[in-house]
Amino acid sequence: MNYLIQQAAILGDEVQDVLIVDGKIAQIGTIEATDDVQVIDAKNLVLLPGLVDTHTHLREPGREDAETVETGSQAAALGGYTAVHAMANSTPVADTAGVVEQVYELGRQAGWVDVRPVGAVTVGLAGKQLSEIGAMADSRAAVKMFSDDGICVWDPLLMRRALEYVKAFDGVIAQHAQEPRLTEGAQMNEGEVSSILGMPGWPAVAEESIIARDVLLAEHVGARLHVCHVSTSGSVEIIRWAKARGINVTAEVTPHHLLLTDELVRTYDPVYKVNPPLRREADVQALRAGVADGTIDVIGTDHAPHPSESKDCEWGAAAMGMTGLETALSIVQHTLVETGLLSWADVARITSTVPAQIGRVADQGREIAVGQPANLTLIDPAARWKVDPSAMATKGRNSPFAGMELPGQVRATFFHGHPTVLEGKLATPRSANA
Amino acid sequence: MNESSVPDVSRTVLTGDDIDRVLTRVAFEIIEANKGTNDLVLLGIPSRGFPLAQRLAQRIAASAPGDVDPATLIGQLDITMYRDDLRHSTTRTPSPTRLPAGGIDGKVVVLVDDVLYSGRTIRAALDALADWGRPRIVRLAVLVDRGHRELPIRADHVGKNLPTAKSEKVRVHLEELDGKNEVIIEGAA
Amino acid sequence: MKHLLSTADLTREEAIAILDIAEEMRESGTRAIKKLPALRGRTVVNLFFEDSTRTRISFEAAAKRLSADVINFSAKGSSVSKGESLKDTAQTLLAIGADAVVIRHPDSGAPARLAATDWIGLPIVNAGDGTHEHPTQALLDAFTLRRQVALRNGTNPLGQGLDGLKVAIVGDILHSRVARSNLWLLKTLGAEVTMVAPPTLLPVGAHSWPCTISYDLDAVIASGIDALMMLRVQGERMNAAYFPNPREYSRYWGLDDARLATLDASGAQTLIMHPGPMNRGLEISSAAADSPRSTVLDQVTNGVAVRMASLYMLLSGDLI
Repeated sequence: MNYLIQQAAILGDEVQDVLIVDGKIAQIGTIEATDDVQVIDAKNLVLLPGLVDTHTHLREPGREDAETVETGSQAAALGGYTAVHAMANSTPVADTAGVVEQVYELGRQAGWVDVRPVGAVTVGLAGKQLSEIGAMADSRAAVKMFSDDGICVWDPLLMRRALEYVKAFDGVIAQHAQEPRLTEGAQMNEGEVSSILGMPGWPAVAEESIIARDVLLAEHVGARLHVCHVSTSGSVEIIRWAKARGINVTAEVTPHHLLLTDELVRTYDPVYKVNPPLRREADVQALRAGVADGTIDVIGTDHAPHPSESKDCEWGAAAMGMTGLETALSIVQHTLVETGLLSWADVARITSTVPAQIGRVADQGREIAVGQPANLTLIDPAARWKVDPSAMATKGRNSPFAGMELPGQVRATFFHGHPTVLEGKLATPRSANA
Repeated sequence: MNESSVPDVSRTVLTGDDIDRVLTRVAFEIIEANKGTNDLVLLGIPSRGFPLAQRLAQRIAASAPGDVDPATLIGQLDITMYRDDLRHSTTRTPSPTRLPAGGIDGKVVVLVDDVLYSGRTIRAALDALADWGRPRIVRLAVLVDRGHRELPIRADHVGKNLPTAKSEKVRVHLEELDGKNEVIIEGAA
Repeated sequence: MKHLLSTADLTREEAIAILDIAEEMRESGTRAIKKLPALRGRTVVNLFFEDSTRTRISFEAAAKRLSADVINFSAKGSSVSKGESLKDTAQTLLAIGADAVVIRHPDSGAPARLAATDWIGLPIVNAGDGTHEHPTQALLDAFTLRRQVALRNGTNPLGQGLDGLKVAIVGDILHSRVARSNLWLLKTLGAEVTMVAPPTLLPVGAHSWPCTISYDLDAVIASGIDALMMLRVQGERMNAAYFPNPREYSRYWGLDDARLATLDASGAQTLIMHPGPMNRGLEISSAAADSPRSTVLDQVTNGVAVRMASLYMLLSGDLI
């Protein structure tokens, strides 16, 4: 089946028609519809390259009660994603070629997005021994991003070795920056709110000190470093300084850290419990400014679904994490486009082009040009919708935006030329044999 | 403006002078029923029962042989904790209960209140009294009995019988608390 | 008043109303028949997820003195680790026929979650949640202080706040729910508060609190204060490097015999308060704990009265 997208504003700019034939962009311009082509009316819609998430938790294998590769992929497609990096903290941990190939295969069979498994840095995420990075890189999953996310690679010597070792495989270490001793028992950001609520606090320095150390290590050994979910203004300043020195570091921010603050924790509602924690308004503003000036390179959702019993309880007993795939683009529009900080072309850069580069995903995040694979997202910036977790594709009901009205809605997602989402709803998956 | 076909009126049923005369008669009735002033204790139920008990005590002490200090005759019995309608009305702060030095065991206790209506206040007072001691006899003196009893309770000494409609309100004003002395009825005529 | 979760939620009028009702409740405890029928037929559940015999007994006595029935439920540790969630436990109690829940929990905010969700619709009294609040402790502390000052001045405490009184709270402020509840209530009632502790035991955000902060106990005592509230300090905290060892802690922040002597010599009328249980020799010396300035036992007596007042406030007037 071929598709003709009519009158879309490409990257929010020039309005053109785009013809998709056999999974590729065949023509861009003013195109007559023919009988063998399905027409998609894209008047007033913005066309972006398919979104690529650097940071998702698909929970399978091991926690299928929370999410499966299939339901997570469906959520991703609805959010406009055509590729996601699935973090390694599954059960068993993705620290061998066997597990990453299993996750890769599940993604292929599901057929909604490219699932790019992330390999663990250390065996079992225990932080003691490097995992088989080479085997994972050479497997069918072709892993390029390695992360112990959920846990910090804390041992400085081990982090140094990991940074050095991945160079051989053109890989990148994605660090979850959290000094474990400074955050023992921590429940929320350490600050004025935590002192009043009587909650053990998570100081900003626990994140910043690790980032400072890691950028210097990366400089010393000449390696690539990616920093997951940056959450503090201090972290933004350290990364800015590192880039000015020419250090090869990229940084990611979640949608929720661009909007929500620790004031929400006063409700004691565990839907706001997340790692890294929600910080102050000053941090939210610094993160937005960091995205605007390029210090922060990409949006990573850190989509973390949990079963309801892990959130329907008292704060101390609750799991950490928020869902995000289906709300990410709307939050980006709300916090960055509507505030005048970014254009749609910038949005394409931070949600598609650069994430694909970091993960070395060759056929994603490409230019919208003839000959390129048709991984595309159509959104309606003028639409408004109310967030209803029970209506989402993800199994997780833990969205901190529940009940909010958000701008911008994904109308269609094309995955290698096949529409996974049409008219704002899930369509069909792409066959694994295509 | 609230349009009702019948205007709200209030009428005075007892003036300050009427109250004085009535209390004088009740005081003598109390002495007569008790055949004197021995073992007599007047317990006023807050808020307005207490000033009434004080006035009765002054009159009783004045006509007793010898020097009787009215203060030894009176006390205050708070019934807030014994009400049967605690869940149905706003939370009330209790007042202190003060008993005369001789206590109430074996005494003739006369409960004093301003208005006798459903009888529930007096029922609560009887329960409260039981927790404080064991009087020999308990009697009830009220300034006004307005009828509509919901329990088998009756007053031994009544200042004035006032037939009322349930929709009416009886308001007792005493100088000690309200700056004036009168009993008025408010409500549709 | 639907719940009693935090003293920060109380207006000055509400706080004084509770203290005034507590005066009457206290008085009833001196009679031959100490029981009042106000909560007859109601069932109060003590839901204690943390060991605490003293507070639980105090609430039990309070409920029973108001003729309520009491059910005690103890579960140690976080509910999830025991296999039954807080939600299920709470709903089981509702199904049994509870009319009010008194809850003590190791997690800050657990009573607030119970109150905010639709798991149960009952009035909730926070008997201590994590390091967040312990409102009835603050109320009984304020009651004790108000009463002592009135006795000293020969005035009537009813209707009064704590205006102009100077109070110092000394000890492990960081981990103390008593310190937080006391701060909000003391300020609402018009008192001035100073917090005294080593820097490691003060939360980072405390500098934005409505109180003065000092590391120097002697200077604070010398400045003239009406009450010293000593907080329990756990000796084991030295293992997380909050202070070098208990001896150094006592030397700088303990109410030891030397400081007691200074107080006595100065002729000040400073009261010594402690929520208990006390670590004699660590934050407070035996002599100080037993001195005539100490209100420790009064605080325990007043605790029952204040808890009676709290239960009465929550359970009366609930059908309107």
